Amino acid sequence: MLLGYTITQWLFGILSFLAIMFALMVVFSRNPVSSVLYLVLTFFCIAGHYLLLNAQFLAVVHIVVYAGAIMVLFLFVIMLMNLNEDTEPQRTHLSKFIAAIAGGLLLIVMVGSLKGAGELGLTQFGHSQMGLVKNLGTVLFKEFLFPFEIASVLLLAALVGAIMIGKKEIK
Amino acid sequence: MLNGIPINYYLLLSAVLFIIGAVGVMARRNSIIIFMCIELMLNAVNLLLVAFSTLHNDAAGQVFVFFIMAVAAAEVAVGLAILSMIYRNVKHIDTDVLTNLKN
Repeated sequence: MLLGYTITQWLFGILSFLAIMFALMVVFSRNPVSSVLYLVLTFFCIAGHYLLLNAQFLAVVHIVVYAGAIMVLFLFVIMLMNLNEDTEPQRTHLSKFIAAIAGGLLLIVMVGSLKGAGELGLTQFGHSQMGLVKNLGTVLFKEFLFPFEIASVLLLAALVGAIMIGKKEIK
Repeated sequence: MLNGIPINYYLLLSAVLFIIGAVGVMARRNSIIIFMCIELMLNAVNLLLVAFSTLHNDAAGQVFVFFIMAVAAAEVAVGLAILSMIYRNVKHIDTDVLTNLKN
């Protein structure tokens, strides 16, 4: 107990703060490469949240797939296009201001509509063993076997599609 | 409230992350940054799904997040291929330049 809060509550607060800060940096940093790196840090904070929620399998998959594969793909494309701070297009101040106002209004609407959710209950940590690989694998291969196979077909189709689009000339 | 975090904290965190992503889509002109903001919005939703699956002690939510990750990976592969193709032909990925469909 520290200042009346438990360790998990402190961790939740710190991870949330960091996630929101890095997410803001993604939107506001001018250099696309640093934008990508801040997004990687945001994903690490979200993986920490998954660990807090006792979803270890998803935390590992999140780091491997998002931080390891998807963000490296983004980085490769940005470096191939040679984007940097000088080539970065900027919106006018007016449209940025309008975007901020629209986001603020959306936030007000969402917070107002989610206000009554406090009665739903607490997320308890450390009790549930459901997020472990063994239990999740059982559910995945028993109840969700068909969607799992469909996902593999989807990934194959995306692979073929990406290669076809990326080819120099389509005959 | 001994060990738990109230679910509405997670709701608030996800809402804030989602709205940061939405503001990014509205405020930026670089297509790749817009794409990254869409990933951020997807992740906000994923976080909320995991929180609710822990709350209700139901593994279906986490399996669903797993499928969302697979679909997001496919989406990013195809999307970045399209973007690099556009860049090869137009030499730009600024959304204010790519207005061929408008006229």
